[in-house]
Amino acid sequence: MGSETVKSRGGRSLRRLLDRESSLGIILMLPGALLLIIFMAYPFFLGIWLSLTDSVIGEMGDFIGFRNYTDLLGDSIFHQTARNTLIYALVTVPFKAMLGLGLAMVLSNRMRFSNPIRAAVMMPWIVPTALSTLGWFMILDPVFSPISWLLRSLGVIKQNINFLGDPILAISSVCLVNIWRGIPFFGITILAGLQAVPQELHEAAAIDGANAWHRFIHITIPTIRGVVLIAALLSIIWTFADFQLIYILTKGGPANTTHIFGTYAYQIGLSATDIGQGAAIALYMFPILAVFAILLLMYLRRD
Amino acid sequence: MVGSETLGKRVLGIYLPLAFFIFFLLFPFYWMSLVSFKPTNDLFELKYNPFWLQTFTLENYLYLFQNTDFSEWLKNTLIISVVSTVLSLGCSILIGYALARLRFPGSNFLGVGIFLAYLVPPTLLFIPLSQVIAKLNLYNTYWALILTYPTQLIPFASWLLMGYFRTIPKEIEECAMADGCTRMQALVKIILPLSLPGMISAGIFCFTLCWNEFLYALIFMSSGPMKTIPVGTVSDLIKADTLFWGALMASAVLGSFPIAFLYSFFVKYYVEGLTAGAVKR
Repeated sequence: MGSETVKSRGGRSLRRLLDRESSLGIILMLPGALLLIIFMAYPFFLGIWLSLTDSVIGEMGDFIGFRNYTDLLGDSIFHQTARNTLIYALVTVPFKAMLGLGLAMVLSNRMRFSNPIRAAVMMPWIVPTALSTLGWFMILDPVFSPISWLLRSLGVIKQNINFLGDPILAISSVCLVNIWRGIPFFGITILAGLQAVPQELHEAAAIDGANAWHRFIHITIPTIRGVVLIAALLSIIWTFADFQLIYILTKGGPANTTHIFGTYAYQIGLSATDIGQGAAIALYMFPILAVFAILLLMYLRRD
Repeated sequence: MVGSETLGKRVLGIYLPLAFFIFFLLFPFYWMSLVSFKPTNDLFELKYNPFWLQTFTLENYLYLFQNTDFSEWLKNTLIISVVSTVLSLGCSILIGYALARLRFPGSNFLGVGIFLAYLVPPTLLFIPLSQVIAKLNLYNTYWALILTYPTQLIPFASWLLMGYFRTIPKEIEECAMADGCTRMQALVKIILPLSLPGMISAGIFCFTLCWNEFLYALIFMSSGPMKTIPVGTVSDLIKADTLFWGALMASAVLGSFPIAFLYSFFVKYYVEGLTAGAVKR
């Protein structure tokens, strides 16, 4: 009898807890928050600690202050890595945005098969990047490249191009593949923005004598400026912290000339087992990521 | 005359650029599929036009199933993606509902926190996270990925579902609660069925990301048959001296197919999901 009363009182208070907004809110957040704390927040702080030690895999090291960070400042590969990351994340954005805008403008026209066409052009963004990058890996191969074959049979070149073996060509190639993957994201985001432009506005402007170019500059561009900015900030953050595309195409080579932060941190932290130093390389990304994240947050909450 | 002029304009303004985009964006997939159906000998035959198929063969696909762990990778990828998606979706429904409907201390702060978590990339965390996984003895188990993927999925899925829940009028729920439903019953019986499109896009988003994930899978599930498709393809089929191009491309095609298939069915939902975060506020 006694235990039953306790149980039902327990049940009632649980029920009251679930009905009161303040406690229910916390309870509902818990499962997800727990996962985010254990596998995201805790590793983040653990990473800061590791970066201040000389730890190697399997052995917690001693506290060495900022030596990992200062050592990197004198490391020429790290300099090149930082330069590459900036090129890879920033130079590609205008291309993705322009081509994405072009794609969106084309797709916004009424045409036959528009749904299958939209699904098809989204593919570079949708399918596993690691797998589509393998397609590019062969397209850029020194022996089997169809680009080389085409140029050779047209008589433009005598020998196959070693796209991934030459430093300049290699960084250009990975940027090209990154642009290829990013165009659909910009395209579909801008397309959604374009659909927010009222058709009547275009018609009214056309009646008032505005030509297509004027309508583009004065109606289309102002309405999609917001989504382009958001897409660009997201794209910069993701590209800045990319890994797989470069890992698969070049592994940072030739001679470490195409590393970005992610791949260099992997090479030093896991392949060379120097996790303290690796953690420091990864954390060098943090201030820059934080700036772009704050910009995005400020833009989204501006009103 | 007018008709032909507008047709000319349409060709220049729409069909020509469209053809360029389709060619550029889809050529790598054409190439992958083409090579996957070619016998290896044909690749080396210089007189053949490499852009076309001379002999059709399925030997690369057979090789994949007979001589590699592909079927194991497929099973692993499927199990991890499904379980991780269900787990993330469950957590995200609760978080989305709490943030959309309930007032509780710290809810604003938590909302911003969830948004910022969306922007935390795996490359920032993988080194310390590998230590956490080691300490929890999760290396080469499904749990290593099932538990870590939600950190990448929950933020966006919660954000997306919160947007959907907000579009449902509060009055519907209040009526149900006045009739004696508890809040949780109202959530399950009224809110969830009404936000089905949102849950489908969130689910597709989660599943796609799990299926495609590379970095965590590369580090946490690295032993032989425990790999996922992307990692297995990249690490087992690329061997320094002899490249099995045909099998490599066959694996890439098979690994991409489920996502392409799923996506072409739910294109509307996915586009909504992808753009919701950027467009809706």
